Amino acid sequence: MQPLDRTAIELVSAVRAGDLSAVDCTEAFMARIERVDGKVNAFLAVGRQQALDQAAAIDVRRRAGRPLGALAGLPVAVKDALCTTDFPTTCASKLLAGYRPPYDADVVTRLRRADAVIVGKTNMDEFAMGGSNENSAFGPVHNPWDLTRTPGGSSGGSAACVAADMTPVAIGSDTGGSIRQPAGLCGITGFKPTYGRISRRGLVAFASSLDQIGPLARSAADCALVMETIAGHDPGDSTSLVEPVPPYTQLLEEPLAGLRIGRVAEHYGPGLDPEVARGVDEAFAVFEAAGATVHEVELPHAKYGIPTYYLIAPCEASSNLARYDGARYGVRAEPGRGVRDQPGGSVRDYVGSFDSPLVEMYCRSRAEGFGPEVKRRIMLGTYALSAGYYDAFYAKALRVRRLIQQDYHRAFGSVDLIAGPVSPTAAFPLGEKTGDPLAMYLVDMYTVGTNLAGIGGISFPCGFTKGGLPIGFQLQGPALAEPLLLRAADRFQRLTDWHRRRPSLAS
Amino acid sequence: MSLSRQDVAKVGSLARLALTEDELVRMTGELSKIVDFVSQLGELDTARVEPLAHPFETRNVFRDDEPAESLTTEQALASAPRHDGSCFLVPAVLGESGAA
Amino acid sequence: MTATPAAAAPFTTVIGLEVHVQLQTKTKLFCGCSTTFGAPPNTQVCPTCLGLPGSLPVMNRHAFDLAVRAALALNCQIAPVTKWDRKHYFYPDLPKGYQISQYDLPFSSGGWLEVTDPKGAFSRRVRITRVHLEEDAGKSMHDEVAGVADSRIDLNRTGTPLCEIVSEPDLRTPQEARAWLGELRLLLVYLGVSDCNMQEGSLRVDANVNLHIPRADGSPAKTPIVEIKNMNSFRSVERALAYEAARQWEEWQATGAELGSAPKQTRGWDDAAGLTRAQRHKEESSDYRYFPEPDLVPVTVSEEQVAATRGAMGPPPSMLRKELAERWAIPAYDADVLVNQGHDLVAWYEELARLTGDGKVASNWMQQDVLRTLNERGGSIADFPLAPAAVADIIARITHGDFDTSRGREIFAEALTSGKSVADVVAALGIAAVGDDDLEALCRELIAANPKIVADVQGGKEQAAAGLIGQAKKKNPNVNPARVRQKCIELIRRG
Repeated sequence: MQPLDRTAIELVSAVRAGDLSAVDCTEAFMARIERVDGKVNAFLAVGRQQALDQAAAIDVRRRAGRPLGALAGLPVAVKDALCTTDFPTTCASKLLAGYRPPYDADVVTRLRRADAVIVGKTNMDEFAMGGSNENSAFGPVHNPWDLTRTPGGSSGGSAACVAADMTPVAIGSDTGGSIRQPAGLCGITGFKPTYGRISRRGLVAFASSLDQIGPLARSAADCALVMETIAGHDPGDSTSLVEPVPPYTQLLEEPLAGLRIGRVAEHYGPGLDPEVARGVDEAFAVFEAAGATVHEVELPHAKYGIPTYYLIAPCEASSNLARYDGARYGVRAEPGRGVRDQPGGSVRDYVGSFDSPLVEMYCRSRAEGFGPEVKRRIMLGTYALSAGYYDAFYAKALRVRRLIQQDYHRAFGSVDLIAGPVSPTAAFPLGEKTGDPLAMYLVDMYTVGTNLAGIGGISFPCGFTKGGLPIGFQLQGPALAEPLLLRAADRFQRLTDWHRRRPSLAS
Repeated sequence: MSLSRQDVAKVGSLARLALTEDELVRMTGELSKIVDFVSQLGELDTARVEPLAHPFETRNVFRDDEPAESLTTEQALASAPRHDGSCFLVPAVLGESGAA
Repeated sequence: MTATPAAAAPFTTVIGLEVHVQLQTKTKLFCGCSTTFGAPPNTQVCPTCLGLPGSLPVMNRHAFDLAVRAALALNCQIAPVTKWDRKHYFYPDLPKGYQISQYDLPFSSGGWLEVTDPKGAFSRRVRITRVHLEEDAGKSMHDEVAGVADSRIDLNRTGTPLCEIVSEPDLRTPQEARAWLGELRLLLVYLGVSDCNMQEGSLRVDANVNLHIPRADGSPAKTPIVEIKNMNSFRSVERALAYEAARQWEEWQATGAELGSAPKQTRGWDDAAGLTRAQRHKEESSDYRYFPEPDLVPVTVSEEQVAATRGAMGPPPSMLRKELAERWAIPAYDADVLVNQGHDLVAWYEELARLTGDGKVASNWMQQDVLRTLNERGGSIADFPLAPAAVADIIARITHGDFDTSRGREIFAEALTSGKSVADVVAALGIAAVGDDDLEALCRELIAANPKIVADVQGGKEQAAAGLIGQAKKKNPNVNPARVRQKCIELIRRG
């Protein structure tokens, strides 16, 4: 069989049955990575030998009739924001270049226990801050559908990896849309479950009250498979939900009768590209044809989502990134020397003076280690939390956040899911938005509300532009509506085949 | 502009971020623009709305007072830019404590 | 002590204290690393307390319970809902770049603790503004040896649970402050909240002090408040406050600078030199940018839980003193001395008092003998070789007249060192009651040998007979001195 053509469910089944060896499966995807990642740059680290060794061990166990984990033999790529002991964990930042954590993220432990084969770490926007994967210190990721365009971000590497068939599934993280938006721009399925559904232990924190981990794959069914392994309570994460994990793949078979879908008028403003709007309308029609009903709902504070997010997230990020000071890990600029003992970075380059060599170490390590977007958000967050500004900015944003959450609660009183675009445009060219931070922030307009409210969302392809770029569709559901979200997306994918299309990887 | 150059320099100091002259100028413009943008939240009357710091009403998550495995000193120091085998080394801390 | 002007002090010293106590848990506040003191550097650390990327905190239930216990003992109100906040500053001993502490919704507030001088010199009720729960930072050590300009960072201590206890500025003298700290320490040790060992850093004190100087119109002029740090013992606290009050008085007379004219100053106490020194003031370091800790969820405390915690707590020292004094009819002073020694010694005393049936006698023996011995040998009452029953036995025999108190002390000392029972020691020392005939014979011997003393006694100086007692004891250690004296005088009078 051609592993690259198979779904994750099929691959896992084939390995378990002995029809496909874990080694052959891994080899096929490794070969693909070697062939195409030079053009895409989805990976920051690839562990060919260790992956093959793990696959070989799985094959030995299978032949000996020993029990295998639920994802045995499945190659998985993991966003470089998740701690792995056997790969560096850099968050695509110069500051953490080469950093090796002494522990695995909870998600990584679960994947290993399930006998998944972690092939490498994917590229991302630095410290998960960005919507185009152009903020990586190790080069941007190129959209497999058009290599001159961005794949979206911040999980751009994970999305591009799956879109280009480099692995059947990948793990990403989503703070304001960082799984769903790149999935939309890359023509794949990306799932952000309810806040707390997956443990954040080992996820390098960006915005702690918004961050959530999730799967990216070619289909909702494959996402459901991975969810069964990575979701669940972790006593090491105080925000982890205690509710038991439902059998997501089984629940896909439940009927979708009487599904009420909400359509939000606020979504269809001038910022939305007409081709995307048309694709979204057609998706609604598919659901209606399948027996769902569409109802107008209001999210009156939707337009305040971006300013709310761009206060809360930078504030929390400025705090979470305070630990990167060159003292205990990461790069350090010693007084008088540059980062990693490079000659560059002289004290004279900087405005003002440093109170002491220690302060110089802090200020220059961070200045020389962080990229511009990260610095911008740290500055913004520090400002918004500082004395005199806290009430007008951070506290205010937290209040608006409650209004946004209340909007969703009200809407879910009359519909089961809310649907609409995941991104205002299809994939945009590299460099188009990098000159204007605010323009870049607006790519998240349809996705930030989900994180602010703590609820779940899934995006998947619903069509293509005339230029051949994928158009994404998003479903959002109330807290713990993972089974419904996966089921609805899966039903759509039984009725359409947008998700089966593959890029040709031409420039 | 909503932020002055001094404001930005002060924030840089609070955030322990050294800024070049170019960055200071550019950041002053960018941050002012972003702050103006996010200030639209002021349009909303939130006087009777409680802040939402955590998305859900979870309460009382604890762990037992039981020992768990610690890292070895080697592991703890493994990524340290400078250490002496036992402690992290940083440029000398001068006399006073960091918290006023 | 500082020399004060002959007139009454021309100012009022106003003192507030901020005390940090490490809670007596096995593990840290947010992770399972050990809190044992004195381990080699960086051997009690993990991703959470090291602040490694991706690490998360989880609250130690026992730490929270101990904190509530401490707050209840300090008569505080327990908040029905409490939360944690991040307090940001950059320092090498603070790995995350923020401390998880409590800002606007601490778990307790509004309490008090009284201190009364047992000699009656003062009595002060000090209000407690708040008690909150936070994590400790690590240690930074300046490396003198290498001669290089480096600091060595040991993060074992990061994440240790701390209770911060903040008092209102209700204290009025350095002596009161020292005594109040002693009472606080006793209370927390009694409750098993902390071992309050300043040498090991499980109790730390900062003080805030200024002067109120009466003006002609009656309103007080106030000097700027100074925060004093780096006091390593209660005695240092007392000395530092005394020094600082005197210094502020000098400064006031020289400059007249009042509260508000300058930012709050921090001064470090130098115990060797006996003075405080100004520390560099960093204006911006006081912007801690507090915000709610997103990685920890709030904690609720119900009235039932508060009642349960209160019910499970033993009586605080203040109550125990009263109980002891009433129950055993001993003076307040005695009760104070005993209670100050801790729960175990009080239990030992009560057993002794019960067996002897005389609380005061038992108290005397505790103070003069048991405590003295403990102080000389070191160790705690738990290691004391004698049981209350043994001492009670000695006391009973004295009461019975078998021997006198000083003989009893010899028996006590012998029993301590030899490990023999009281009965065996008595036998071994050949202690037996001296018969009347033997006593008379002995006295006649002594009278015959000491004509001068006899002459003195006959001349009216009865106290001279005391000179015979020593000789009597040499001849027969079992004699009761009082009986010897009485007999000798009787015989001398008879002629």
